[in-house]
Amino acid sequence: MSERGGAVSRLVLAVALLALAAFPWAALATGYDFYTGVVIRVMIFAIAASSLNLILGFGGMVSFGHAAFFGLGAYTAAIAAFHGITNAWLIWVLAVVVSGLAAALVGAMAIRTRGVYFIMITMAMAQLFYYVFVGLRYYGGDDGLRLVTRPGVGLGIDLSDENTFFLLVLLWAVLAHWLLARLIRSRFGLALSAIRENDVRVAAVGYGTSQYRLVAFVIAGVMAGIAGSLLAMHNLFVSPKLLHWTQSGSLLIMVALGGVGYFYGGIVGALTFLLLEEVLSGTFTYWHIYVGLILLAVVMVAPGGLCSLLTGRRRTATPGGGGDA
Amino acid sequence: MSTLVLEQSLNGLQFSVVLFLIASGLTLIFGVMNFVNLAHGSFFMIGAYLAAWISGATGSFWLGVAGALPLAALIGVALEWLVFRRLYHRDHMVHVLATFAFILIFNDLVRIIWGPLPLALNAPPALSGAVSILGVPYSSYRLVVMGVGVAVGLLLFFLVTRTRIGMRVRAGANNREMAIAMGVDIRLLFTLVFGFGLVLSALAGALLGPFVAVEAGMGDDILILAFVVVVIGGIGSVLGAAAGALMVGIVDTLGRSVLPAMLSSVLSAEYASSIGPALGSMMIYLVMALVLFWRPSGLFPART
Repeated sequence: MSERGGAVSRLVLAVALLALAAFPWAALATGYDFYTGVVIRVMIFAIAASSLNLILGFGGMVSFGHAAFFGLGAYTAAIAAFHGITNAWLIWVLAVVVSGLAAALVGAMAIRTRGVYFIMITMAMAQLFYYVFVGLRYYGGDDGLRLVTRPGVGLGIDLSDENTFFLLVLLWAVLAHWLLARLIRSRFGLALSAIRENDVRVAAVGYGTSQYRLVAFVIAGVMAGIAGSLLAMHNLFVSPKLLHWTQSGSLLIMVALGGVGYFYGGIVGALTFLLLEEVLSGTFTYWHIYVGLILLAVVMVAPGGLCSLLTGRRRTATPGGGGDA
Repeated sequence: MSTLVLEQSLNGLQFSVVLFLIASGLTLIFGVMNFVNLAHGSFFMIGAYLAAWISGATGSFWLGVAGALPLAALIGVALEWLVFRRLYHRDHMVHVLATFAFILIFNDLVRIIWGPLPLALNAPPALSGAVSILGVPYSSYRLVVMGVGVAVGLLLFFLVTRTRIGMRVRAGANNREMAIAMGVDIRLLFTLVFGFGLVLSALAGALLGPFVAVEAGMGDDILILAFVVVVIGGIGSVLGAAAGALMVGIVDTLGRSVLPAMLSSVLSAEYASSIGPALGSMMIYLVMALVLFWRPSGLFPART
């Protein structure tokens, strides 16, 4: 992209972000303030979906356990609040540590394997964490856990105000995607993509392919953990369902709808999925069947997701799978 | 305590048998087609629903089971023909998403057809009694489930290792290109294996129906257990599925029942009741982690 094109797209991005920041006030003025909560959820799930897209689209690792790290972040916030910790900064540090350690544990097991094994191990290990929280009756078990108050960031900022919380989530979403963009364009990101294409060759050039895959897996897990802690702060409620493998499936659907391996895939996917959910669940009693049919249509007809349709060009890389000979 | 251990060990064996029925089909479909089928758990549910529906209409449990199998086979073969065979050459990510779509579709379809409430599937009255095993009374229906499962397992083993079609299946799992070059009709073989695997899963659902609620989503969690079995056993190996099912079935059942009881004799009751169930549910995943640490491609890897 030329210097001029880059400047133009930066300008468009800045205007779009400013418009988004003004959204809750515009919604309030026009009586659509119900959608403020919807957009908060979209931004939170966009962080989670984009973090999955990092390992899926750029790292070629089909992780079917990403909801575990998301849920661990959420539970970290809820359990900390349960024990009287209401400092959001401390909660985020804890969420990073907890989801990072869990991702390192699962990742260390999973990256030894390829293909089908990788899918099944991430899925099974995530289910392990799911059962931990189902079994922990002290923290509500199956019934979940409520946060009495929303943790605060201090500095005289009142997060209990929905619009202020909106801005906080927006800041996190921008920060997460800015980091992802830098990461993908860095030496690390290029090496990761190269490993997806041909790990034997990259190893032969002298890269420790396992370390690269593991670090990417942990970064994605940490980002999902932050997203989870934000969801807990938004809903003021967590339940083991957040970690269930079908929730990992939902995150995968988001990435697939948006576009595997496209930078905006996670954002477009989270937006599409949650809007679909909003519309379909308001219209039909049994609406999952329509999500299923749409997903099937996307997989069969437009495997590159919405981003491939919007940009009108195919990615050159082949996402996921492969490498299981 | 020893009564509990004996009874739960038998329950574990019975659960292993059901798990084997699900996992053997799953592992064959992986092994032969290299296809990740998440909808395998849906056929567990479909088998239970069809059996409950037919036995409710006819009043006979066994008619329900017998009627459910061909219907499940029909649905499975139709699915393979219409959708899945177009996906074999695509990558695993696509398999996962397409079959996950069918989980969503099937879970809602059974709710639309049979309503949101669970269906009742009762074990045959003739088997409602108990038999004494080493002085411990034990459900005779559970014993029959074990018997049926072991018989099907032996039949499967015979089919795979002793017949021409089994030879082709093994050839397909070992080296697909070579099997095609040797004149094996791989498309027909794929359809057969797919249908057969799904029928086994449906049979497991029909047999387990009387113990669990026949409801939408009942196959979602057992699918993960079947995955653990396949991972432990080694993808594509029926023998591995048997070994894995035995480990997972027994460890899971004892972990959930005996372990909390043992903990409560060591720890305070309040602490044990809090930590026991969580630890019990985690056991099989720890076993899986251990097995994978020593043998990254399972106990009986089919491909080398």
